[in-house]
Amino acid sequence: MPVMNIIEAVRDALRTQMRQDQRVVVLGEDVGKFGGVFRATSGLHEEFGADRVIDTPLAEAGIIGAAIGMALYGLRPVPEIQFGDFIYPAFDQIVNELAKFRYRSGGQYPCPVVIRTPVGGGIRGGHYHSQSPEALFIHTPGLKVIAPSNPYDAKGLLLAAMRQNDPVLFMEPKRIYRASRGEVPEGEYELEIGKANVVREGSHVTVLCYSGMVSIAEEAAKKAEGQGLSIEVVDLRTLMPFDIDTILASVKKTGRCVVLHEAPKTCGFGAELIAAIQERAMEHLEAPILRVAGLDTPFPYTLEHEYMPNADRLLSTVRQVLEW
Amino acid sequence: MVAVQMQDDLRRVLDDDGKVLLGAKVPQVSDEMLHKIFDTMMLTRIMDDRMMRLQRQGRLGFYMKSIGEEASHFAVAPLRPSDWVFPSYREQGAWFWRGYSVTDFVNQMFGNEKDPVKGRQMPVHHSANWLNLVSISSPVGTQIPQAVGAAQAAKIMGKDDVSMVYFGEGTSSTGEFHVGMNFAGVWKSPCIFVCRNNGWAISVPREKQTAAKSFAAKAVGYGMPGIRVDGNDILAILQVTNEAIERARAGEGPTLIEALTYRVQGHSSSDDPSVYRDPKEPEIWERRDPLARLRGYLKQRGLWSEAAEGEISERHNQAITDALAAVDTLGPPPVESMFDDVYEHMPWHIAEQKAWVMSQERTKSPHYHH
Repeated sequence: MPVMNIIEAVRDALRTQMRQDQRVVVLGEDVGKFGGVFRATSGLHEEFGADRVIDTPLAEAGIIGAAIGMALYGLRPVPEIQFGDFIYPAFDQIVNELAKFRYRSGGQYPCPVVIRTPVGGGIRGGHYHSQSPEALFIHTPGLKVIAPSNPYDAKGLLLAAMRQNDPVLFMEPKRIYRASRGEVPEGEYELEIGKANVVREGSHVTVLCYSGMVSIAEEAAKKAEGQGLSIEVVDLRTLMPFDIDTILASVKKTGRCVVLHEAPKTCGFGAELIAAIQERAMEHLEAPILRVAGLDTPFPYTLEHEYMPNADRLLSTVRQVLEW
Repeated sequence: MVAVQMQDDLRRVLDDDGKVLLGAKVPQVSDEMLHKIFDTMMLTRIMDDRMMRLQRQGRLGFYMKSIGEEASHFAVAPLRPSDWVFPSYREQGAWFWRGYSVTDFVNQMFGNEKDPVKGRQMPVHHSANWLNLVSISSPVGTQIPQAVGAAQAAKIMGKDDVSMVYFGEGTSSTGEFHVGMNFAGVWKSPCIFVCRNNGWAISVPREKQTAAKSFAAKAVGYGMPGIRVDGNDILAILQVTNEAIERARAGEGPTLIEALTYRVQGHSSSDDPSVYRDPKEPEIWERRDPLARLRGYLKQRGLWSEAAEGEISERHNQAITDALAAVDTLGPPPVESMFDDVYEHMPWHIAEQKAWVMSQERTKSPHYHH
């Protein structure tokens, strides 16, 4: 089986689907000849031509707006927003239009658009190249939100996203775009949207995480093992709809839980996860569920590693939960 | 404030009485098409009057009339059924022209169980995918880049369909107008932009929307032709849209059409124009009424009679009366339907919320109403 990084896996998914389905088009800033600033679409322009790998004028609202019109007419657009931080000019098109078309038209107009965008910090990108805006979109009825943490999941989930009929925001962890490597099957396979993955079994505490934070949780779990601490790491993979069954099964087993995400803490996705758990499994909880998250400051440039969650912060919080 | 003067660059065929202007080129339009446009324009006006009366009686929550602007709705008339239309919220005539029924229209007003959009949106937010009429959104301008996307998709798929998108002059101030026009210009998309310049964006007059000489003038910046047309002159409308459609189908790209017209009444049932504009202004425009001008033209061509108009009026009024009678027998959409169409398949969390709502005493009651 070939070994790929996340960028290669994403590209492989796009290529696989574009070969199979003439309706799939890629559009965005620099996605054509240049192959995208992160090279995710590299080689696609040569293979599929300028009609299907489209360099757009520089305007996110136009990229998403045009993608919506393309989807309504019958294409399967996969627009790229160059950085998650640049998605806001398209916010209205995503939240009020893309996510609502099926519903507001009484089911007449499905809008199958898969928006790819890199998210997260740790690349010395400062405030405008580091944000994790998932909560805004999880809070948007009509959208699915997917946030893979590794190449295998990225390809399988992206293929699945391009083959279903709802709009999807596909968030890619840019810090580990190349650092995360793993075996990825050639050709096609799909991972089910909405299914979490227990990436490491444990018995003392559950850590819920996704995207770039999964590797941090695994690192912490390894460290903890030496100290006799058994951490179960659950990679949510899909954030909307999230896999409540896997989450509850794990929390009921361990009785303790910490949520780890890179986005700011207040009103972050962790708050929703905690609420969802306590609504359904209060009697199984041995301690309050705590969060390790990004801070409620804008994402800083120089001090980004003081801002971002890390294995030590996670471990200290895990201990707090265990000692409660 | 005096109404805008008709300017030299304005495309006109008919004078204010419906007589063909000296030297004007009359577009080729069959008698049958003229009859159908007159008929549909009548329906549009009658529907507007009936719906606004219902709103004033408290039977309808909201309505938006289009009186005085109806000719611009028939920019869609030269399109083929396979072409796509992205409407704004004031082009009722375009819907009827494409075959949207009085029954569907009325049911949408009431958001009832027969509403084509299942009671999901306010009145006048129609959707008809069987007619390639795209679901209407309240935030203005969002449909502009979408129309460009659909036009470009047709081009990519090797079809010669075109898109037509409607918006008001106020919408030309939005980012989406710029973005859509720019994308279409760069891509040479087969898209026709119809700006209904009706003078007022709720209470804000056109001169507060742009410092440009005209709205059509903006086309220059996007590398496409911009044409100003008398928006109350149906023949001029048909002439310029025919040209734009031909250009688009021939691969020559988009066109911006500014249809100069006037919003004779309020923005919506919630508006009161007496607060912000001179009541003499609408009077001036009433003399340029598009329906009266078309009637005048038909008269001169021997294509109009009082009896025929009476029949049209009676037929449409009856259809609306019938649709309204049926409305009295219709209830709201079932509560369960509120949870459909968020996604193709209902995810667990919505299913859970549905079960919870359905278990509540209020919804379990056999006498449940809104």
